[in-house]
Amino acid sequence: MAQHLKSSKSTFLNVLRHSLAFGSPSHASPHLRHNLPHGGPPSIKKVSPNPLTRLCNTMVDTLSSSHEDTNSQVMDFPGGKVSFTPEIRFISESNEERVPCYRVLDDNGQQLPNSQFVPVSKEIAVKMYSDMVTLQMMDNIFYEAQRQGRLSFYATAYGEEAINIASAAALSPDDVIFPQYREPGVLLWRGFTLQEFANQCFGNKSDYGKGRQMPVHYGSNKLNYFTVSATIATQLPNAVGAAYSLKMDGKDACAVTFFGDGGSSEGDFHAAMNFAAVMEAPVLFICRNNGWAISTPTSDQFRSDGVVVKGRAYGIRSIRVDGNDALAMYSAVHEAREMAIREHRPILIEALTYRVGHHSTSDDSTRYRSADEIEWWNKARNPLSRFRTWVESNGWWSDEAESDLRSRIKKEMLEAIRVAEKTEKPNLNHMFSDVYDVPPLNLREQELLVRQAIKSHPQDYPSDVPL
Amino acid sequence: MASLLSRFCRKLALPGSAHGSRMTSSTACGSETVKSLNLYSAINQALHIALETDPRSYVFGEDVGFGGVFRCTTGLAERFGKNRVFNTPLCEQGIVGFGIGLAAMGNRAVVEIQFADYIYPAFDQIVNEAAKFRYRSGNQFNCGGLTIRAPYGAVGHGGHYHSQSPEAFFCHVPGIKVVIPRSPREAKGLLLSSIRDPNPVVFFEPKWLYRQAVEEVPEHDYMIPLSQAEIIREGSDITLVGWGAQLTVMEQACLDAEKEGISCELIDLKTLLPWDKETVEASVKKTGRLLISHEAPITGGFGAEISATILERCFLKLEAPVSRVCGLDTPFPLVFEPFYMPTKNKILDAIKSTVNY
Repeated sequence: MAQHLKSSKSTFLNVLRHSLAFGSPSHASPHLRHNLPHGGPPSIKKVSPNPLTRLCNTMVDTLSSSHEDTNSQVMDFPGGKVSFTPEIRFISESNEERVPCYRVLDDNGQQLPNSQFVPVSKEIAVKMYSDMVTLQMMDNIFYEAQRQGRLSFYATAYGEEAINIASAAALSPDDVIFPQYREPGVLLWRGFTLQEFANQCFGNKSDYGKGRQMPVHYGSNKLNYFTVSATIATQLPNAVGAAYSLKMDGKDACAVTFFGDGGSSEGDFHAAMNFAAVMEAPVLFICRNNGWAISTPTSDQFRSDGVVVKGRAYGIRSIRVDGNDALAMYSAVHEAREMAIREHRPILIEALTYRVGHHSTSDDSTRYRSADEIEWWNKARNPLSRFRTWVESNGWWSDEAESDLRSRIKKEMLEAIRVAEKTEKPNLNHMFSDVYDVPPLNLREQELLVRQAIKSHPQDYPSDVPL
Repeated sequence: MASLLSRFCRKLALPGSAHGSRMTSSTACGSETVKSLNLYSAINQALHIALETDPRSYVFGEDVGFGGVFRCTTGLAERFGKNRVFNTPLCEQGIVGFGIGLAAMGNRAVVEIQFADYIYPAFDQIVNEAAKFRYRSGNQFNCGGLTIRAPYGAVGHGGHYHSQSPEAFFCHVPGIKVVIPRSPREAKGLLLSSIRDPNPVVFFEPKWLYRQAVEEVPEHDYMIPLSQAEIIREGSDITLVGWGAQLTVMEQACLDAEKEGISCELIDLKTLLPWDKETVEASVKKTGRLLISHEAPITGGFGAEISATILERCFLKLEAPVSRVCGLDTPFPLVFEPFYMPTKNKILDAIKSTVNY
């Protein structure tokens, strides 16, 4: 087999050389041109036993039939007219230069000259900055609570505060969100209170999820934020279906889904992108390319120029954005949303950022990346400090406002945790409700069995779950 | 296919209709219009009604636009428009994932997976998204409007990838319902119930019967309740439990057993998850014997679940071990299909050995 391949390769290369020369008069050698009175080079007119060579002969025959005007030849293939080329030229696996990244603020928060951006009012800008700070402080305090053993698990959004908050700020509250798990800032922006976050993390009876999921799996019907599932990228096709519904209902709203660089490797990413393009669904795909899928760097994740280039293959308009630049994120999402709804089309946004925190509290990321690298990103490209510089340069923020905000949030957070921790757990009957709209017989029987087991062996069961 | 069909049912007598036994579906009255329909036409009629009665309902999947490879969606796109009835890209996880999102926005999404053999790429979406959507959100969200239709089972020439019966995989997933009809009349009523049920439903259609099974089907809009089994043939010596196309084979075995003086009670389970234990339990308490038959491989098949449950509930009433006549633990074979199948005579032998135990 290997030998066969080798021999056919050499034949194929011969054909390549001939036909390349044939199709490119400017590069063709006089010798070859001399050999081309009416058709392809005589040497390759022989019928070859090799199917690939035969295919090439046929191609050459077809091309030579009107070699005067080769480039204008087109054929109406299913899917539209395609022009022919006499050159065997493969599409390059990459662009010569990487797709540029849109930004408005430089690393120090100074506005770049001639930068395009959507104007942000003082009110919005201050809320954006305040929510970014709140998100970071919430992460700090929940993270510490987990380290103290008060929470079972936590995942921070460190380094990705601008993506979280600025994208939310650019959306309408009617836009439906299909999150992954590192976008609690969207909920925060929409008015989810610190108490509501704490209730979920502690799985108490006020948790809308009724204590059924791990911390950070938030959801809010009221705020159009679909409940987080830990599976990677499964939310993407769901977002496309929801977007189609919004379009059918003529709503002035789109669906927005978030995922990471790792998520772009899942089949669901492909499924969702392709469906969105074909169904002309108003959905924003926002990829948080933070460089790491747990311990896997993007170099082990894909060989493409990140995620942004994948949009084009699906027929999806795409942009790469500096995810640590709140103004750029806000502007890109704002524009994408307009296009998605007005033109009924999906948009892909790749936000370049860096996961400054560990993947979760179950992870120690210094085992696979250097502390210096983390620290560099935290300092040099910090989304909060960059945006603060810009907000301050407009005269909208001060040290005093900063310290007021921080002390208020700290107080609120500690109170939220205190309340959430002492609020009782959901009743045991919520173990069996909501599997179906009403519990079927098997679940009713199993609830009775569990209750009998508790009576027989109360010491086996947590005492804080009300029966 | 022809050879297999002739082996089983040169004249296909549908269980539950050939013997005048009671139809739970019957909303029959003197003025009821009925029409002789095959199974795919009955499905088609149910889809017409579903789209007609709910403007927020959608039907889609691979090749659905032109009527589907089994013709179940014929005429729907023309009637209801391409926004509501449409082709999708060839991607099962996309079809189901899209359907979940559509359903989560308050629509009825009736999706077609072209063959049950190709449902596996959608397994993650069904198990981790559809089935848990309501539970994980504390009932803030649900995708109960989702119904996944998929033709399943043997056709005589389907080989590995056009013959499988994957129902047991889905019966292990709390949060979805699994429904399998046995005949055109049942298919229409059960499909309408599944589409309108506030929970996601996986609806397997016996493709063997699409054209072969013909039955009087009421033209009006009617529903057959889920999670209710039906005794389609009463008997006193042994209880037989099955679903879908297998009931036709089991019915033949019952007829032959009757000639030998054995009275068989035949139950159509209809809904496998959540299943009607009580009807089966009551029957086995009466007959003292149980036989379960399905096309899917025996190991880990749903028959094992029924067997275990009935042993728990009827141990002292049982006169013989529970018998299972099922597909074998091989991939579904082409040339060897006649050997693989739980045929009438395999069932008949098992009936006799159980009764004579």
